[in-house]
Amino acid sequence: MTETPDSKRDTADPRSAAMTASDVDVWFAREVLPLEAALMQFLQHHWRNRSDVEDLVQDVYVRIYEAAQKEIPEHPRKFLFTTARNLLIDRARRAQIIPIEALPDPETLDIAVDTPGPERNAIARDELRRLQEALDRLPARNREAVVLARIEGLTGREISQRMGLAEATVSHHLSNGIAALADMLYGDAPKDGGK
Amino acid sequence: MSDLPAREVKAAAADWFERRNFWEWTAENEAAFAEWLNASLAHRAAYVRVEAAWKRTERLTVLKSSVRRPVQTPQRERTRFWFFGATAATIAAAAIIGAITYWPSTEPEAQTYATAIGGRETLALTDGSRIELNTDTQLRTQITARERKVWLDKGEAYFQVKHDAAHPFVVIAGNHRVTDLGTKFVIRRDATKMEVALVEGRAQVDALNSKANAPSVEMVPGDIVVATANRIETRKKPVAALSTDLAWRQGLLIFKRSTLAEAASQFNRYNREKLVVDGSAAQLKIGGTFQSDNITDFAEVAREVLGVHVARRGDQTVISRQ
Repeated sequence: MTETPDSKRDTADPRSAAMTASDVDVWFAREVLPLEAALMQFLQHHWRNRSDVEDLVQDVYVRIYEAAQKEIPEHPRKFLFTTARNLLIDRARRAQIIPIEALPDPETLDIAVDTPGPERNAIARDELRRLQEALDRLPARNREAVVLARIEGLTGREISQRMGLAEATVSHHLSNGIAALADMLYGDAPKDGGK
Repeated sequence: MSDLPAREVKAAAADWFERRNFWEWTAENEAAFAEWLNASLAHRAAYVRVEAAWKRTERLTVLKSSVRRPVQTPQRERTRFWFFGATAATIAAAAIIGAITYWPSTEPEAQTYATAIGGRETLALTDGSRIELNTDTQLRTQITARERKVWLDKGEAYFQVKHDAAHPFVVIAGNHRVTDLGTKFVIRRDATKMEVALVEGRAQVDALNSKANAPSVEMVPGDIVVATANRIETRKKPVAALSTDLAWRQGLLIFKRSTLAEAASQFNRYNREKLVVDGSAAQLKIGGTFQSDNITDFAEVAREVLGVHVARRGDQTVISRQ
């Protein structure tokens, strides 16, 4: 996870200093992030104010991180939803808005609805289509910058030359594009299961 | 927890990630990054998330061949035209135009530029405008202090025109003229029709042999004008969708549920070796981003995704149902 998208780097790369992927980071990316869409649905369903959901996800992640740094949970899915539920209970208690009993018990929650594993090909195909759709949904300039960075492997400076835009502008497009991609790839539930 | 709103943290994470990975980066930058990263677990989670998302998009690059071949521009038999092929040639071409511009007493000769199949070149004009030529394209330019004129003889080109109210930029494609007032647009011409799509600004299309009073068409962004010998039609498309049609500027073809037949006809514009789709396979649909010069990768994805059969026949790649 510490590798950079491009490896056009010197050996004396300052980038390695701050971000060394911990076990927790790797675990979080592999086990927790793919559940983000389900987590958001859960929160939307059980929290009155939808505009809070994004912030609630952030708070759940912080709690998950805190716990995982002590010990990596064995059952990520169950742990995630229990954490989410506890957060909602704390919030509800503080705000005194909904009775705690209204919240579902994770034990009884239908959260283990892992779809039966489709064949490998179909996964690859879905992933590709999902990526493609996410890319297509970006604003034009954001997409152009992302495509140049990702598919053509250009640096920011090269992209600014290619697009004929100031470097700060390119940086803005690229950063927006990447942020939006992250939301679409993790946050957004797939439109439908099949074709 | 007194974290910033998630929206802001996510934006900051994307910002750090982007600056750290695509621009020059110093030890000072890294120290500042470390400070931000360690200030809150929310920051760390957001950064890991954006990094993981970017890693996921790696799948898209699988579509790109491992080695990017430089675009070969095979010289035609008699090089009557100025053929692109080297940056030096482009610079020299621009220089020639420059020289001509400073020769006020005689009417300048138009300069001809062409790309071969699979070629793609950018031409910087002396007036500050830029023209990008797509595959198998030929055009002539006449840029002087008095007028700015381009003839698109065949193929497709993307124009970024420098605004100059006193000297409209005129593109002539067959029997039609596009007059541009400082905009971005793309024109494609084949044997039977001319198609203009306006990305930015304003433009006007009219017929040259204006029989009777064929009215001229005023274009706004998103307009696509299709002109044949005896009619001009306007269609609309969201400007964002136009950029898909302009993916060739990055050497890419983007399909959204296109039939294999449509995809093949696109690939065949860019490649000497042709892609042939047999029989009922022609109607199968595919989507994705592909390098326009890589039929092999495309066929491979089609095989994997659609389960079609791929074979070589001479210098053709043939896709068929099993």
